[in-house]
Amino acid sequence: MATLADIIADGIEGQWPRAVVSPDVWESAGRQIAEGTWTLVAHWGEPGMVHVAIRERGTGTTGILSLNAAGGRFPSLGRHALPARRLERTIRDLFGLEPEGAPDLRPWLDHGRWGLSHPLGVHAAAAEPEPYRFLPVEGEGLHQIPVGPVHAGIIEPGHFRFTASGETIVRLEERLGYVHKGIEGLLTGAPLDRAAKLAGRASGDSTVAYATAFAQAVEAACGVEVPSRAVYLRAVMLELERIANHVGDIGAICNDAAFGLMHAHCAVLRERVLRAAALAFGHRLMMDRVVPGGVAVDIDPKAKDHISKLLAQIARQFPALIVIYEDTASLQDRTVRTGMVRHDLVARFGAGGFVGRASGRTFDTRKVLRCPPYDMLDFEVTVLERGDVDARIRIRIREIEQSLSLLGQLIAQLPYGDIRADVAPRAAEGAALVEGFRGDIFAWLRMNEDGSVARCHLRDPSCFQWPLLEAAIDGNIVADFPLCNKSFNCSYAGHDL
Amino acid sequence: MTGILALQAIQEVMAVALAPLLTGLVRRTKARLQCRLGPSAFQPYRDLFRLLRKEVVLAPNASWLFSAAPVVVCATTWVAATLVPSFTLDVRLAPAADLIAIVGLLASARFVLALAGLDIGTSFGGIGASREMMIASVAEPAMLMLIFSLALVAGTTRLTDIAAFVQSPILGLRISLMLAFVGFVMIAVAENGRIPVDNPATHLELTMVHEAMVLEYSGRHLALIELAGSIRLLLYVSLISAVFLPWGLAPEGAGVARCGAAVLFYLAKLFVGANLLALFEVTIAKMRVFRVPQFIGAALMLGLLAALLRLVSESL
Repeated sequence: MATLADIIADGIEGQWPRAVVSPDVWESAGRQIAEGTWTLVAHWGEPGMVHVAIRERGTGTTGILSLNAAGGRFPSLGRHALPARRLERTIRDLFGLEPEGAPDLRPWLDHGRWGLSHPLGVHAAAAEPEPYRFLPVEGEGLHQIPVGPVHAGIIEPGHFRFTASGETIVRLEERLGYVHKGIEGLLTGAPLDRAAKLAGRASGDSTVAYATAFAQAVEAACGVEVPSRAVYLRAVMLELERIANHVGDIGAICNDAAFGLMHAHCAVLRERVLRAAALAFGHRLMMDRVVPGGVAVDIDPKAKDHISKLLAQIARQFPALIVIYEDTASLQDRTVRTGMVRHDLVARFGAGGFVGRASGRTFDTRKVLRCPPYDMLDFEVTVLERGDVDARIRIRIREIEQSLSLLGQLIAQLPYGDIRADVAPRAAEGAALVEGFRGDIFAWLRMNEDGSVARCHLRDPSCFQWPLLEAAIDGNIVADFPLCNKSFNCSYAGHDL
Repeated sequence: MTGILALQAIQEVMAVALAPLLTGLVRRTKARLQCRLGPSAFQPYRDLFRLLRKEVVLAPNASWLFSAAPVVVCATTWVAATLVPSFTLDVRLAPAADLIAIVGLLASARFVLALAGLDIGTSFGGIGASREMMIASVAEPAMLMLIFSLALVAGTTRLTDIAAFVQSPILGLRISLMLAFVGFVMIAVAENGRIPVDNPATHLELTMVHEAMVLEYSGRHLALIELAGSIRLLLYVSLISAVFLPWGLAPEGAGVARCGAAVLFYLAKLFVGANLLALFEVTIAKMRVFRVPQFIGAALMLGLLAALLRLVSESL
């Protein structure tokens, strides 16, 4: 079969070159993804066209294949490739493009409450909403437990349909789309500064990562050279965000096993990190601090010392928490061998972040793409094999340690100079892949000549992690679902966009 | 006669009046141990008053059973609690203060609540009821086994007599009593839905046991159920302190000063009990649902061992 490099050789240049391909090549792409030689990075549509971003395993070549779908139809990738299925349902809901031969044509994001169909394609009158058909499960003594979309705690909305035999889960089916905000629709035609703000609000806990992905895509499109100080400051923010989220999540996972002690201590640490972020960049979550061309604010001179002190403090306190986690037998009893994810599934879905790395998938954008400033820094990417809740926690623990070290290096090596370059708009395309705390966030956009966004697509790492949660929970007991779910901590907002 | 009646009345009022404070105390100590400020120990009273003022939201398919259950649950638990001598052995209900009667009362409260959980027809009510019954089916035999071992040692199942027996100086160190004590504590943890068996503070519907059964309750119904839960915790702390640590209990015909001292003693025991429970809960995670029978099975074995030891030798 043709390699990706052969196909996209005459495409639009860049790190993510794009080539318009024939239906035959498109179909062979579906098979390559199913066979595992290619990894699906993203799959999205626009009126009259569908795109798929690919990374070739082994060579690491990246590229985008496009297929003309002017007839309103395109051959389904999901027929062969599992990870494409929900993305195709999304394309069908938003653009009205029919994936031909797709095994699953149920609506995904469209719950019949938009007042119209295909909001991003050719508008049509809203179809008569029909009841959502969950996949049938047959067997003796099975019962269904519907959970959500409104939950007893303050979490995002999503519906989970469990089919259980007694306490054992036979199948979990997710239904998402409750927090669809129409971000891609809002981005279309938005001026650059507004678009950057919107991108930073796709998923609030990864706002830095999203804003960075969007900014890098703009910079790739417009050929902007980002000042090195800005590159370092972005990395500082990314690592702060990673530490805050990982620390918070480790506590939250333990809390789901009713171990409140870890939760309380981790909450204190997370709060310290957020306050340091507020001191350094003027916003606890560092929202709108990364902009196309660089960063919006420079680091507060006082904050450099503060962050160094914070690093020392966390380095002192965090190991004690790890000891608590490792030495509490009752906690380990809950996390070890719970919610195991198989290696082949992780590879097939191309799941990034701690979900992938806990199941043997060595993929970290920072290491693999060697994008600056990470190519100048010393850090390791930990990979574990067991794929259970415990492994996901341990990956996060290692990542926090690496991020602490990275922050130290970044602060020490922070270059002087400008923090923002001018973006000279031009009609062009760009894409970027950025490692958020959940995994790789993909952003692609096409700019208009006047500097507005013609079309932009953001892909959350959760898109390839949600399906794995369904697989991870199989055969576990109902009461262990919250623990597994929290160990994934997929984004609803980022997935539903 | 009026004195005895007054003592009985005081015990009954105390059970209701102190129960929310005990729950509040456990929560507060837990919060402090987790480096949190936590609400005041009197917060449960405020919660109860808030719930009493709130409207009751009933599911359209709820039957009379659903509305009646909170009253029955609260009443039976209250009666059971008043049977336990808290600070004096001189109680009017002493002839009825039988351990088996207490177990029976608590079991009927549980039965009614499980029915109410099923009545509403939601999946969580069903899950909660089935888990609660699974726990009950092992916890109740274990409790009875422990009571029998106590009865073998003390020669009676009447609480006041057991307390008087344990108080008496003729009793030396009894291994069977110690085993029964540990077993009783384990059962108390399970029956009150505390960590590691159940988490009373969780918001995760899928992991709940007791909370899942009462998920549909609101307003004064919920207030009664919460109150019943607090009373049950008080009952177990009082029971364990009356049977295994009966020192400080006022004997029959004691004067007012002696009774006052006994009340202070009792309050001190509750305080210590609440703090120990909080400390235990902070240091342990919740176990998997299917581990619970093993946990309670250990209590059953302790009861069995206590009874066997007692049969082997009079002095153990």
